[in-house]
Amino acid sequence: MKNFLSRCYIGLIFFLLYIPIVVLIIFSFNESGSLAEFSGFSFTWYEELFHDQEAFSALRNSLILAIISSLIATILGTFGALGLHRMRNRYVKQAITTVTNIPMMNPDIVTGVSMMLLFVAVAAFLKTHELFGFATLLIAHITFNIPYVMLSVMPRFKQLDKSLSEAAQDLGCTPSRAFFMVELPEIVPGIISGLMMSFTLSLDDFVISHFVSSPNFQTLPLYVYNQTAHNVKFSMYALSALIVAVILVILLIVNFAGSAADRKNKKGGR
Amino acid sequence: MKHQALPQAEHPPQAPRKSKNTHRNFFQRFAAVPHVVWTVMFIVAPMLFVFYFAFTDAEGRFSIANIVHLSQYTNVFILSIAFALIATVVCLLIGYPLAYFMSRQSERAQKILMVLIMLPMWCNLLIRTYALMALLDNGGLLNSLLGKLGLEPLPIVGSYFGVILGMVYDFLPYMVLPIFTAMTKLDKRYIEASSDLGCNSWQTMTKVIMPLTLSGVVSGVTMVFVPSISTFYISQKLGAGKIDLVGDTIERLFQNASTYNVGAAMSLVMMILIIVSLAVMNKFSDEEGGMVP
Amino acid sequence: MEKEILISLRGVSKAFDGETILDNVSLDIHDKEFVTLLGPSGCGKTTTLRIIGGFETADSGEVFFDGKEISQVPPYRRLVNTVFQKYALFPHLNVYENVAFGLRLKKTPEEEIKQKVQEMLAMVNLKGFERRRVTTLSGGQQQRVAIARALVNHPRVLLLDEPLGALDLKLRKDMQTELKKIQRQTGITFIYVTHDQEEALSMSDVVVVMSGGHIQQIGSPVDIYNEPVNAFVADFIGESNIIDGFMLADKRVRFSGHTFDCLDGGFAKNEPVDVVVRPEDVDVVPADKGMLTGVVSSVTFKGDYYEIIVDVQGFKWMLETSDYAAPETTIGLYIEPEAIHVMKKSEFSGQFGDYSSFSDEMDHLSDISEEEEE
Repeated sequence: MKNFLSRCYIGLIFFLLYIPIVVLIIFSFNESGSLAEFSGFSFTWYEELFHDQEAFSALRNSLILAIISSLIATILGTFGALGLHRMRNRYVKQAITTVTNIPMMNPDIVTGVSMMLLFVAVAAFLKTHELFGFATLLIAHITFNIPYVMLSVMPRFKQLDKSLSEAAQDLGCTPSRAFFMVELPEIVPGIISGLMMSFTLSLDDFVISHFVSSPNFQTLPLYVYNQTAHNVKFSMYALSALIVAVILVILLIVNFAGSAADRKNKKGGR
Repeated sequence: MKHQALPQAEHPPQAPRKSKNTHRNFFQRFAAVPHVVWTVMFIVAPMLFVFYFAFTDAEGRFSIANIVHLSQYTNVFILSIAFALIATVVCLLIGYPLAYFMSRQSERAQKILMVLIMLPMWCNLLIRTYALMALLDNGGLLNSLLGKLGLEPLPIVGSYFGVILGMVYDFLPYMVLPIFTAMTKLDKRYIEASSDLGCNSWQTMTKVIMPLTLSGVVSGVTMVFVPSISTFYISQKLGAGKIDLVGDTIERLFQNASTYNVGAAMSLVMMILIIVSLAVMNKFSDEEGGMVP
Repeated sequence: MEKEILISLRGVSKAFDGETILDNVSLDIHDKEFVTLLGPSGCGKTTTLRIIGGFETADSGEVFFDGKEISQVPPYRRLVNTVFQKYALFPHLNVYENVAFGLRLKKTPEEEIKQKVQEMLAMVNLKGFERRRVTTLSGGQQQRVAIARALVNHPRVLLLDEPLGALDLKLRKDMQTELKKIQRQTGITFIYVTHDQEEALSMSDVVVVMSGGHIQQIGSPVDIYNEPVNAFVADFIGESNIIDGFMLADKRVRFSGHTFDCLDGGFAKNEPVDVVVRPEDVDVVPADKGMLTGVVSSVTFKGDYYEIIVDVQGFKWMLETSDYAAPETTIGLYIEPEAIHVMKKSEFSGQFGDYSSFSDEMDHLSDISEEEEE
């Protein structure tokens, strides 16, 4: 009985959580531009979306930005974590970690306006109006991604068995060769998860991008924001439905592949 | 073959040798330099600019006029704090039992529920908010259904309730996930031990489970409170532009170069507000549960 | 037969954070020997090993290898290999690749690597495990991989840092025999660090007993057991009753109010000494026939013998005997002259060898603390 009630509760909350999303997906196929009544199935809004050049360039921009910023953030963050890990002075280490984590702790809007003010000041100094755009977005995205890379890489460094490096040196590696041959492989899973995390965060970010972009360089979230600013646009329902579908597929793959790998590992363990 | 302890060799005291093998070569020693430079340029410097703009006027002269000017936004601050607090408490009240019940399901069910809770998190906030608005809007499905039943339409969009509902809807998963993680990490033997020692299930909940999942609650509360107090999209959409929160105000102030200074002051105040409330919460939770995440 | 000296430490000292770990240690290690550094936690044995391996640099003193000073030679250029305490196998490589690691660095031809690795795996009884991930192996198997990985490089010296510490008792005994066998087969010098005196006695050619950063005694297991130089060694190597006494003359020692014949000499007349009597060397006789008499305070059945604590004039002796004696009864103690070992007084006198506060539990507690060493 208790179990039944708890399942009802779970069901109710998830129902409420998913109603808006499901309604949005259903009405993205509504032939009339109404949210009140489903009058007939059609792909009208998807067609409109696919004919929208702006949507495609926003998608392309988002992907380019996410790939480049996550790669750079991962490199900077990984070497940063390595340097911090080897650092002896506890206070310096603590200070750097705290400052690095500021973008993670701060509300996005504060991070956004702070970077905007920096760029405004630099633009004034350089006497240019062309500063905002890809470059500023890239810098901002790298900056807010770094703490997440460190977050997933740092524990790997901490878990490293010190004697691994010693064992490699004992068998003939120089210290730096030992790092690349036996320590780096232990770190790699953390680097990969940091990279994936940065990539998704970068794709997803709206607030910070909102403050450091320019109208001539739009990312997908910025495009959605501009499209939905004033009136209801049904092609945005179509776009949202597509995004939900893509995320669902990715989540299922990640979880399914993850559990398949688990099973394989367990098998090997026997 | 007989071994004898060797006579201790006479050695003049030498200066300690510089240890050659410290596992740090040049490369590793300076690996953090690019990161530190980046951090200073793009985290520290922007923060300093917030301070600079907050305490100067349009001509760059020192001034506290911006801070003084903020007093006219007192109501905005109060409303924002109230909304964020209400949304956080509601999320906790809904999310804690949800996480608890989820953690008691079978492993397979837990996995599916995890995907279901993460899906909205991964969807962009704009999409979630937009979806909710589509449902609740005056011309939306809910009100049209109510109309067909001969009921008055509910003017949710544009009301305080609508904005808080939007916050709860958007940020609930952020509350559930960390608490759920803390629950699944909880060693089942603690629960067994507490019932073995005579706790009924309610006492087990309040005396064992809650203190041990407090770290999850703290991160959940942080992850709901911070975006709630600083949001502007939710209030724009579900408040129909009629409700002004701190986020909306900052966003608007930064659309015009002449109000950057006031905007910076407002951001600064909000940042301090958040730091103080998080510090208070952490102190409170440390004293209560002794859980340091 | 005198073997050549392979490794020689001269006046080596080392301190960490101002705390002296090794204090002016000098030690010669001969070629092809199985040498064990034995001592309680913090005695400096692991540090000595790490200095030989090149993982630590001595603050002062010299380390010679084959006659050459090697203090400044990094570990990767030393002709020694190490079996680490927790094996330190590379988790991302399988068994074969772990063993082949050192050979690959030397750019050995693939054919030769294959042959040598197979040979090694056969020697440590791991044939057929080549493709297994090291994380899926049991402790004992990981241990063997670690030994194979080190030995495949044919080092002049193999350093082993408490390699059996993480294994259970049965497995430990098997591995002890196997390690000894491997050492004899390969003729490689083994330097073995342990805090387990039984392990040290059963495996080694030479035991180096260390305490407080000093070498207390170097000798064969038999010498160390039968002729400990001081109370510390006597107590650390097996159980000992250590009683205050004084030499009346050569081969005449008086303690516990009785004068005994013994085999030791060379002391001054009436010189105070420490007298060691091993628990198994005391015979239990009827009270009227004993050289000493005492009241039994406790008896513990140990399987093949009884462990009896006897109060002799306030000093508690430990006896190991096959004869049962009931508690509270008075028994006699009979000690042969060969069973008495006389030592000069040392800084350790009076600290060890009295069983008045003895309990098994205390022994276990100290074992645990030793496992957490360094």
